[in-house]
Amino acid sequence: MTTDSAMSFLIPLPVVLALLGAGVCLALGQNARVQRVISFTTLSIIVAVAGVLLWAADRHGPQVVYVGGWPARMGIVLVADRLSALLLLVSAIVTLCVLAYSVGQGIIEFGRDTPLSVFYPTYLVLSAGVSNAFLSGDLFNLYVGFEVLLAASYVLITLGGTGPRVRAGTTYVVVSVLSSMVFLIAIAGVYAATGTVNMADLAVKLQEVPEGVRVVLQLMLLTAFSIKAAVFPLSAWLPDSYPTAPAPVTAVFAGLLTKVGVYAIMRVQTLLFPDSPLSDLLLWAALLTMFIGILGAVAQSDIKRMLSFTLVSHIGYMVFGVAVASDLGLAGAIFYIVHHITIQTTLFLVTGLIEIRGGSTSLEHLGGLAKAAPVLALMFFLPAMNLSGIPPFSGFLGKVALVQAGVDRAGWLTYLVVGVSIVTSLLTLYAIAKTWNRAFWRPRTEEPDELTESVPSSGTKSGAPWGDTVAVTSVRSLPRAMVVPTLTLVSLGTALTFVAGPLFGITERAAEELRDRTPYIETVLDDGSSPGAQTVDDPGSDR
Amino acid sequence: MTVNLVLIIVIGVTFACGVTLLLERSLTRIVVGTLLLGNAVNLIFIVASGAPGRAPIVDESDPSPMSDPLPQAMVLTAIVITLGVAAFLLAMAYRSWQLQGHDEVQDDVEDRLIMRLADLDEASQSYEDTRGGEPDEEGTDTEEVQR
Repeated sequence: MTTDSAMSFLIPLPVVLALLGAGVCLALGQNARVQRVISFTTLSIIVAVAGVLLWAADRHGPQVVYVGGWPARMGIVLVADRLSALLLLVSAIVTLCVLAYSVGQGIIEFGRDTPLSVFYPTYLVLSAGVSNAFLSGDLFNLYVGFEVLLAASYVLITLGGTGPRVRAGTTYVVVSVLSSMVFLIAIAGVYAATGTVNMADLAVKLQEVPEGVRVVLQLMLLTAFSIKAAVFPLSAWLPDSYPTAPAPVTAVFAGLLTKVGVYAIMRVQTLLFPDSPLSDLLLWAALLTMFIGILGAVAQSDIKRMLSFTLVSHIGYMVFGVAVASDLGLAGAIFYIVHHITIQTTLFLVTGLIEIRGGSTSLEHLGGLAKAAPVLALMFFLPAMNLSGIPPFSGFLGKVALVQAGVDRAGWLTYLVVGVSIVTSLLTLYAIAKTWNRAFWRPRTEEPDELTESVPSSGTKSGAPWGDTVAVTSVRSLPRAMVVPTLTLVSLGTALTFVAGPLFGITERAAEELRDRTPYIETVLDDGSSPGAQTVDDPGSDR
Repeated sequence: MTVNLVLIIVIGVTFACGVTLLLERSLTRIVVGTLLLGNAVNLIFIVASGAPGRAPIVDESDPSPMSDPLPQAMVLTAIVITLGVAAFLLAMAYRSWQLQGHDEVQDDVEDRLIMRLADLDEASQSYEDTRGGEPDEEGTDTEEVQR
């Protein structure tokens, strides 16, 4: 292992530790307490490691590790630059909070000693996959990272194997498999064209590839990542499959999985295809994702589905930032990713609490929660306002940066997207306000509307937290073990406003680094390993 | 780089079969479809690795006529992943069969609900006096839905 700096040994830890923890958890599946301790310890260490990595990447530039000691062009590299490390840190914190929430829920549903033999290992594998995708400096390893997190997500989304979950899982698995196929074909194409899958190497070699081939490769990669990120024409799977899973699972999916797709789009666009001819296409995709997503959200009468649609819609903002591709645009997009991971996860967790307190997530059944559960109302209100971008919150700051970047770029299409992004923000507020009015402010109706009797609403009732049989859960008071992690995330999301200055500093430096490309490429390729790389003929270069 | 035409034709046919099966409703056929697609993609990697050469063992043979080992390593990884996913899909098909007696992929519940609402709406248009019903936020007329 080449050690260019003292930090590089830390880089594989988020992946290795999580997988190790998963293995130990699986082996000790009979003991719930040990499983919980191991999961917590592992994820806490990962948070610490990610924090150190972010500090190192921000201070000393990208951190690289050559896995197995192979030189850069031969083996797998893991790279932690500012973007990777920042997203790693945010995702690790969110994963930890959701773990605490699900531990609380598991204890409440099943008692303190019942082991959830599958849940904890799978959850750790998911975390490993996410970390691997963020850290990967190599296209094929990125694919492996995606597959690891997807395989874990297949298990989590069908947890318990109930009818609705198997139905939702089918769509999800088939769509994910298809996107992986597209990604694999793209990798094969990239390898055939350049003879490498190392991203830093590709950044150099793709410039020599004919324009037409390059655009085809770019389109294929973008298609694969857009399915995972749920960008508009490829987003229909998401609102169908997410809402049926248990609340913590939906929360962590909503927070992380789509963002990994956005991260991949961002990385590929900036590193492999800078100044691409496809930025107008991305702008259109951003526009349609925002607008059509939010129209879906407005039409929903179930909180989980409404949130799934806002999730799709707000992916558009990040794609917008990537398409603008200026320093400010990318910085805004990264800031928005950080904001959105936190907020969307929080909202899904709160929805889980609403389901426990109100017995349902359907707006037809809910009412009077503001009076009955004021803390819950506050926990919904803050992130919801944050999501729709009300001024003091981070959602507003991210949107301002993106709008500013869009106006700076000029051009009628960009102005159009800016306009649509503002309309989308207003419509988000409308959808949120509708939910707020019906679930929290209106007095609780004694009898459910007859409307719900005449239409089969099994989809909304099926979201019983974990179990197999519960149709409409009974109304209960809120368990502290679930409220505390949610409150933590709510305050984190609110705190993003207060640390917005330093955070925006980091995202701006990350954006500059992305646009500059040389620090990344030079650190990966010329790290004392270049003599080794030249002794063996580079595969493909002779063809 | 030269390309083996037979390989390309095989890839094309496998892809066509895979896509056809993927469009079926039965989950078992979809599994077979994804397997075929996976194999076709693996063959693409073989094409991408260029002309076949000597076994790529260092110090055993001369480097210049060696086969490119990297795509083979990738294909191996891809095969393992395809296997795992196929096993999971089969388990899901079996579970679906256990629960419902068939393994057909069903429509989304909300989609069916919307279709049903649309049908109801259409049927109620013949009644003039239902127009007083108070529309809720979804824009659907509550009284019409009850009918």
